[in-house]
Amino acid sequence: MANEMPSAKEAFTRPLLHENPIMIQVLGICSSLAVTSNMKTALVMGLAVMAVTAFSNLIISSIRRWIPNSVRIIAQMTVIASLVIIVDQLLKAFSYDLSKQLSVYVGLIITNCIVMGRAEAFAMKFPPVLSFMDGLGNGVGYALVLCAVGAVREIFGSGTFFGLTVLPLVQNDGWYESNGLMLMPPCAFFLIGLFIWLSNQALKTHSKHEYDTSRKDAS
Amino acid sequence: MIEHYLSLFIKSVFIENLALSFFLGMCTFLAVSKKVKTAMGLGVAVIVVQTLAVPLNNIVYTYVLKPNAIQQGLDLSFLGYITYIGVIAALVQILEMFLDKYVPTLYSALGIFLPLITVNCAIFGGVSFMVQREYNFTESVVYGVGSGLSWAIAVVLLAAIREKLKYAHAPEGLNGLGLVFITAGLMALGFMSFSGIQL
Repeated sequence: MANEMPSAKEAFTRPLLHENPIMIQVLGICSSLAVTSNMKTALVMGLAVMAVTAFSNLIISSIRRWIPNSVRIIAQMTVIASLVIIVDQLLKAFSYDLSKQLSVYVGLIITNCIVMGRAEAFAMKFPPVLSFMDGLGNGVGYALVLCAVGAVREIFGSGTFFGLTVLPLVQNDGWYESNGLMLMPPCAFFLIGLFIWLSNQALKTHSKHEYDTSRKDAS
Repeated sequence: MIEHYLSLFIKSVFIENLALSFFLGMCTFLAVSKKVKTAMGLGVAVIVVQTLAVPLNNIVYTYVLKPNAIQQGLDLSFLGYITYIGVIAALVQILEMFLDKYVPTLYSALGIFLPLITVNCAIFGGVSFMVQREYNFTESVVYGVGSGLSWAIAVVLLAAIREKLKYAHAPEGLNGLGLVFITAGLMALGFMSFSGIQL
């Protein structure tokens, strides 16, 4: 990450594609795999992460001068955990079924490395508004990939999109034989692997033979 | 009685493998699985922390957070997440200091992995599952050991495969992480064959 100050627009757009948190930085994989078997959960999870990343970046960045270096992880954790509790309570209040479906994965936003990673790499260095944009951008980039995986899995796995029938299934007198593998966990691995391949080819990033693991954060 | 715990153990190790069927701790799973030796070190650290963190949080949940635990009509369960992560962070910190003081050899072996574990979602996920499924104390001990072991097995297996992947000739864009994802997917498919087992 460059140390000169990026513009607000740059801070927002860079994580969308060129520094996409899932495909390029490979952060926050856990939830992206588990909640993408249909569009609805993928979208809600994307929105939740977007909100948490944006606001945690905003808050952490505004108090960054008062956080002692030695306890910064705990301080960041506390901010993030409080935000996740708010998101969780909102979800439970307004769409209880969805929060049941997402089960523990809402709580797992706390340990999602995108949130921690951005707090550590960006919010601790740059002013609040810029950090907010960066968090928002990363959240959107994350949500995009989540929705892409969710769309593929739902359309080919159960022939629907947001619960609406797209490919009529054989069971319902249609023609499409649903691909059960798409709904199973391993498929998410394959899809993300293929997405990474695609983005490597499309963006012509120099592919390293082994991925660089020198990042400080990992979860 | 013993069968119940045994079945819970087997279930948490193989059928509900934290890494391969719930995708927990993926970032570390992918980042630290390049060599079998480091993967083994991290695996052991996860087992240790998981074995301590799940029962500890079980106690905290039963006696503090559970509805009506402290006082009739007091429901603190909404504070769950912040408490669990605090307990895990504190536990890891204490474990680190304890090992540094009393078991320096183990500390130098596990040392670099311990801080990573605080933010490892395998631990947090294990704790969340324990709360969600309402395990009692003994069950939570068994589940802690089992789920830690399941993660350790998965990461060591992946590392062993990755050591061999170095010699594979994959398409250029797929090399590196893309290939690791697909390998992990195949492993998850393999582990799915356990899913039919009922004990």
